[in-house]
Amino acid sequence: MEDTKPNVVKITFDGIEVEVEAGTTIMQAARRIAEADGTQAHLVPPAMCYYKPLEGTGGKCRACLVKVAQGSAKDTRPMPKLVPSCITQVQDGMVVENTTNPAVLEARKGVVEFLLINHPLDCPICDQAGECHLQDFAFEHGAAQTRYEEERRTFEKHDIGPYIQLHMTRCILCYRCVYTADQITNQRVHGVLNRGDAAEISTYIEKAIDNDFSGNVIDVCPVGALTDKTYRFKNRVWFTKPVDAHRDCPTCKGEVTLWCRGEEVIRVTARKNQWGEVQDFICNTCRFDQKKTSDWVIEGPTKVQRSSVISANKYRADLVKKPDFALKLASSQYKAIDDSRPYVTDPDTIRQQSVENNDKANHRSLLAENN
Amino acid sequence: MTKKILLEHAGVSGIETFDVYRKQGGYTAVEKALKTMTPDEVVEEAKKSGVRGRGGAGFPMGMKWGFLAKPEGVPRYLVCNADESEPGTFKDHYLMKTIPHLLVEGMIVASYALGAHKSFIYVRGELLYVIAILEKAIEEAKAQGFLGKNILGTGYDLELVVQPGGGAYICGEETALLESLEGKRGNPRNKPPFPAVKGLYQSPTVVNNVESIANMPWIINNGGEAYAAIGIGRSTGTKLISASGHIKKPGVYEIELGLSVDEFLNSDEYCGGIRNGHHLKALVAGGSSVPILPAHLITKTATGENRLMSYESLSDGGFATGTMLGSGGFIVFDETACIVRNTWNFARFYHHESCGQCSPCREGTGWMEKVLHRIEHGHGSMHDIDLLVDVAKKIEGNTICPLGDAAAWPVASAIRHFRDEFEWHITHPKEATQPGAVYMGDSILV
Repeated sequence: MEDTKPNVVKITFDGIEVEVEAGTTIMQAARRIAEADGTQAHLVPPAMCYYKPLEGTGGKCRACLVKVAQGSAKDTRPMPKLVPSCITQVQDGMVVENTTNPAVLEARKGVVEFLLINHPLDCPICDQAGECHLQDFAFEHGAAQTRYEEERRTFEKHDIGPYIQLHMTRCILCYRCVYTADQITNQRVHGVLNRGDAAEISTYIEKAIDNDFSGNVIDVCPVGALTDKTYRFKNRVWFTKPVDAHRDCPTCKGEVTLWCRGEEVIRVTARKNQWGEVQDFICNTCRFDQKKTSDWVIEGPTKVQRSSVISANKYRADLVKKPDFALKLASSQYKAIDDSRPYVTDPDTIRQQSVENNDKANHRSLLAENN
Repeated sequence: MTKKILLEHAGVSGIETFDVYRKQGGYTAVEKALKTMTPDEVVEEAKKSGVRGRGGAGFPMGMKWGFLAKPEGVPRYLVCNADESEPGTFKDHYLMKTIPHLLVEGMIVASYALGAHKSFIYVRGELLYVIAILEKAIEEAKAQGFLGKNILGTGYDLELVVQPGGGAYICGEETALLESLEGKRGNPRNKPPFPAVKGLYQSPTVVNNVESIANMPWIINNGGEAYAAIGIGRSTGTKLISASGHIKKPGVYEIELGLSVDEFLNSDEYCGGIRNGHHLKALVAGGSSVPILPAHLITKTATGENRLMSYESLSDGGFATGTMLGSGGFIVFDETACIVRNTWNFARFYHHESCGQCSPCREGTGWMEKVLHRIEHGHGSMHDIDLLVDVAKKIEGNTICPLGDAAAWPVASAIRHFRDEFEWHITHPKEATQPGAVYMGDSILV
């Protein structure tokens, strides 16, 4: 029996029971549910700072806050505050409420608003648009209008090295690039300077970030704060076609996604999984210097989620399975037309009925006004 | 006269030197604890005393010590939080500069109880002269054999290190303090793990306030039960209160917990009442982060009982009609104080001191400050008040550390109790922006 194993715990997430290993976080348990059943993907809490491949990330953006309605089977009390699901470990018998708890949704709406008050709302001119996590997050959880009337915080753009540009104005201080530099590269020359809403990612003395894996900070950045200078403003991401490719690279694994326009490779990035996380970080040579199709062995089109704008107009309709929800909806709403009324042809009767109907309509609108 | 535990010898001339302090019965607790008691017995006395954390949260110190993990082969640390930076609180500053040896003695006893061989006093960076005083006291204690290797021949070693902070309010939060002590950026850590399991250098650590630790010598000398007999209910012992604002006698007072707020505020022994010709308008009872109280809820609770200076009585009625004892920063406002301006001032402080790590606090504190600035300067609109309430609600409880709560509570409570004053600022921008103008219900004070 699996339940008798001490290292497997059972939790309930939004009413769905799932068994995971002890030590798993709530976020990972939720992702497990979505991986098993793709229709539940909307249940997974959003993550703006958490990045599984990087150790120590998470807990900062507060986008993934959830309610723990029951701490564990032993201690059935609820946790007093909302907890960040990305770093909170599951306990056996834990009951978690995410989309089923209005307080969670309210707090999340608040986080969207906080992240956006100092973020320029100029997606149409931002290079990240179309693959921006903040854009998705705001679209899914935010309010349509802002209540912020004050001036927004702005910074100058900085070139950090020959390949990367930093635009702090867009940064949401997720610290991912700091962890990347710490854990992926052999030296970190940038960090967070100052504090509060004046905090900024900086190299302090305008130093160039220069090492073989520095380009990965572009991939981990959830917004358009760190961008690839070899790609900037060349194209919108949804006009390009992503294909998986690999090459024999002496430095990294060499497995990448090429973003093509026709035959031309206009950008190279690492491959991301369903959660937007890079599994195998790539070196700068692959990323910035290998921009010819002949440099690569093409594997085939990258799988792009249907909901992503990147998939727009890329795939032939006859190859894509049609969503059946529309048909289901239509059949459930279908009603035969009620045609039992007598068919009138006499012009006088028609006129008379028309006057009566008019009166009825006037009467209804009068009633509505008075109420 | 109330029982004095901490400031009993504060008036003795030369008390900051080892000899005078020793003559007044100093360091007897170290002798008693190290020579006649086991560490667990010391912890037991702390538990019996019921002394609660004096830094603001009020968590029982003995219980906190009991949570300390004790894995084999891993060092344990005691860290004293002397990063007192809460607006309106200055008791630790006074205690350290007046009787530095009391803290040093407390640190030795507490370190012995926890099995720490290296302990730290993290002092607020601005208090450079206090750091010098503490370091001198430590030198003296070392010269007399109360610190260093083999203390008093008992085989117990202890090194005491004074570390200046960099001047950030956030480093008073215990995990930010530990980060700062490790030489990193002072960002609070996510909890769990709590410091009792993984604290300084990933080792089990206890972080205590100066005043909490300074109680230890008395507790050892007189027993935990004697300490628990002082005070009222679960608020045992005495408490240092930093009284400031529009009172006749501002200063640091040691009171027995359970003293009535009325007596503390009005008797000549303590604050001496509101300054001449003025009357009470509002009170912040425990440092800037606790909810503000209007005049009618200060000496009496909402149910009509006398309000006492104790953890329980001050929080009677929850945040609707109560507040918190907090760190004991007792700020009194008379009718010349403008609540809107004061709330803006507090919000400005928290905006400036937010570390910027988690989004609700980083963005929310700045937002609240800007809206309050607008209202104070006559550019507010009515929906700004509800906006402030909503922003405060979305910060509160959703942040990594309590700074978010501390920023949200003063704003939310000021609007709760003084909403008419905010509305007046919005409807009468011309009058409100005159220098010194204060709304007084039916009239304006200019």
